[in-house]
Amino acid sequence: MSAQLSADHETRVTTLEAFADTIIPGARRSDQDRAVAGASPTGGAVAAGAMELIHWDATGISQSLDGYARALNEHAREFAQQHGLDLDGDVPPFVALGFEQRTDLVRVLTAPGHPDKALWVLLSLFCYMAYDSAAHTGTAAALAAGHPGLTSMRLAAPGADGLWRFPSWSYGRQLADLHPGTTDTGSPA
Amino acid sequence: MNSVERTDVLVVGTGFGGAIAAYHLAAGGARVVMLERGPWLTAADYDHDFKLGSSYTRLFDFTVGDGMSVLGGNCVGGGSVVYFAAMPRAPRFVFERRGSVNRRMWPSSITRDTLDPWYDRVAESIAITRQGWDDVSYSGGLWAAACRHAGRTANPVPAAVDTAACTNCNWMMAGCRFDAKQSLLLNYLPAALAHGAAIRPLHEVQSIARNPDGGYRVHYQLVDAEDYRITAGEGSIDAEVVVLAAGAAATPVILQRSAAALGPMPHAVGRYFSGNGERLNTAVLNEERVREVLGLELDPAAFQIGKGPTVANWDRLDGSLPEYTRFSLEQLYFPPGLGTILALTGGQDPRWFGLEKKELLSHWQKWLIIFQMIEDDNEGVFGPPPARGNADRVSQQMLGLGTLSYKPTLNTQAAWAMADAECKDILERDGLATVTPWTNDLVGAYTVHPLASCRIGDDPRTSALDDRHELRGHPGIFVTDGSAVPAALTVNPAMTISALAERAVPAIVRAARERGVDVRYGAPAPDGSTAGRRGTAPLVPALGG
Repeated sequence: MSAQLSADHETRVTTLEAFADTIIPGARRSDQDRAVAGASPTGGAVAAGAMELIHWDATGISQSLDGYARALNEHAREFAQQHGLDLDGDVPPFVALGFEQRTDLVRVLTAPGHPDKALWVLLSLFCYMAYDSAAHTGTAAALAAGHPGLTSMRLAAPGADGLWRFPSWSYGRQLADLHPGTTDTGSPA
Repeated sequence: MNSVERTDVLVVGTGFGGAIAAYHLAAGGARVVMLERGPWLTAADYDHDFKLGSSYTRLFDFTVGDGMSVLGGNCVGGGSVVYFAAMPRAPRFVFERRGSVNRRMWPSSITRDTLDPWYDRVAESIAITRQGWDDVSYSGGLWAAACRHAGRTANPVPAAVDTAACTNCNWMMAGCRFDAKQSLLLNYLPAALAHGAAIRPLHEVQSIARNPDGGYRVHYQLVDAEDYRITAGEGSIDAEVVVLAAGAAATPVILQRSAAALGPMPHAVGRYFSGNGERLNTAVLNEERVREVLGLELDPAAFQIGKGPTVANWDRLDGSLPEYTRFSLEQLYFPPGLGTILALTGGQDPRWFGLEKKELLSHWQKWLIIFQMIEDDNEGVFGPPPARGNADRVSQQMLGLGTLSYKPTLNTQAAWAMADAECKDILERDGLATVTPWTNDLVGAYTVHPLASCRIGDDPRTSALDDRHELRGHPGIFVTDGSAVPAALTVNPAMTISALAERAVPAIVRAARERGVDVRYGAPAPDGSTAGRRGTAPLVPALGG
């Protein structure tokens, strides 16, 4: 990889990581981590696998990631101008924004009426899928590996055969009176 | 030489509308071919897995429109494989609805009384359990107790579930691994196959043309088994009669695309779409208050059973109330990955993403989801059809962009607001929970029960089908899926879609006979039972049977 290509790749990855971390924030991976802002003490979308998921061609957005990163950085530059911010040139503009500023910008991009709203919602959807369902990997394996999203949501582990069953499911007693119009099929009248 | 395959009856779609029609026609002696755009999976194939490409994503389609998104089945068995199997009959007042057209929307020939025998036929064919309180999930029990605490009633919901076989696995929406859910794969479809019908999965119907002999030619494309964005060939089948049952988000699109070859479609094709008035509220329960006020414990392990609905509140299903003020509130619970993005944090500045939302997700086991079904205003309209199928596919499965546009009217918005307020009144009473509706701002309103995009009715200006489900101006084409249902039902629609499909069969049989097909009406239920047939026999002559 040439130096320019490598730099472009780095820009794309950190920009998209910063976006995913705005959707579901996580803990910094190191003291030098700029993309993940460190707004939360536990792993967020990035740690959950958002980058792996959006780079998978099955999602349908993997070919669009350069465009996504470029647009995010353009929007970040405009945002900085509008708000009189002096962005650190060592990192891409979106990464240079603080967490609250990234949040404000994502709210603008996904607000009803924004011309590209559908695209940003789509990218957000995959960030969610990485966190709340580990869609890039098998669910049982993700749980076994301590996937941050599934673990935080306390999804129960499967049985030995890889399947879920809940032997206890009901309070087992009548908890309300039936509607007086209920027919003998159990339907409304 | 004509190499195009011929059959008597071509059925598009294998969900409730398609499977029921296909069974009766095959049992009556017709040659029947069913085309299904999704894969053909059975119990052993149903993974307990959220991974993209597992059965879970292969079975579904999520179509994003402008103001409305639709989640539907995409597999042999259609919605019956992925739904929650709630099978209530629609309340009596539904059939008298007038809506914004201010005259009866349903055909005069259909009332609850005239539909009940057809409901009975379905109940004889698909094993439906009138669930008891022992079958009610923890979340359903909690909803019942909250309703009682608020002076309301609550009902276990009739469901097509063999409760003895159910393991409460949490994966009910991903097909039933244990064959507890009585999907069409266990009744109508095997019976249709036994009578010689053929099912062709991964055949996506694109359009219909008329042949010189008055029959129809149905064009399809073959869809790759793994990546639905890819097609691998195409073909055509000739048939005397076509039964369209591709679902309310796809049937009108096929007809729109066919207009070039078939001629003009009725005005109502692709219009009057209803989302069944559906909307979700998330209640975050306060464990301590639930214990103190209701005397119930939230068992964290048990409170993630993705099963439902098991309990509904029907107090507002009161025919004496004005239209748009009647609704039901049904408890749901399902695994993550199916819309958690739409849950909003509460307070002054609700958000669907960010730090507070992450916190909300971590309390997922304390969520109680309430599913409301109001009377909406049939606002949906389909735009010009996409190049193929009913959506421009984005991901290999699951996600596509459709042309449906839905701008809720003040009637619909007011009805949702009323149902939201009722959820709050019940669940925020005495601090039991904090309730917030899901946002419509991201992907629009969201329905899992699309209806009415090609509806039956007496008025040709507002209905695409006559009361026997035949497409106006196009004899020999019938529509039997949810798109034929005229309006929102205030309850889950599968039972009504099925009863209407049963009722439509005599006229389809007659049309086939008139076209020279040697077919008779009068098959028993798929398992051979005949009580339902006896019940509907007096109604059949008026339907052409």
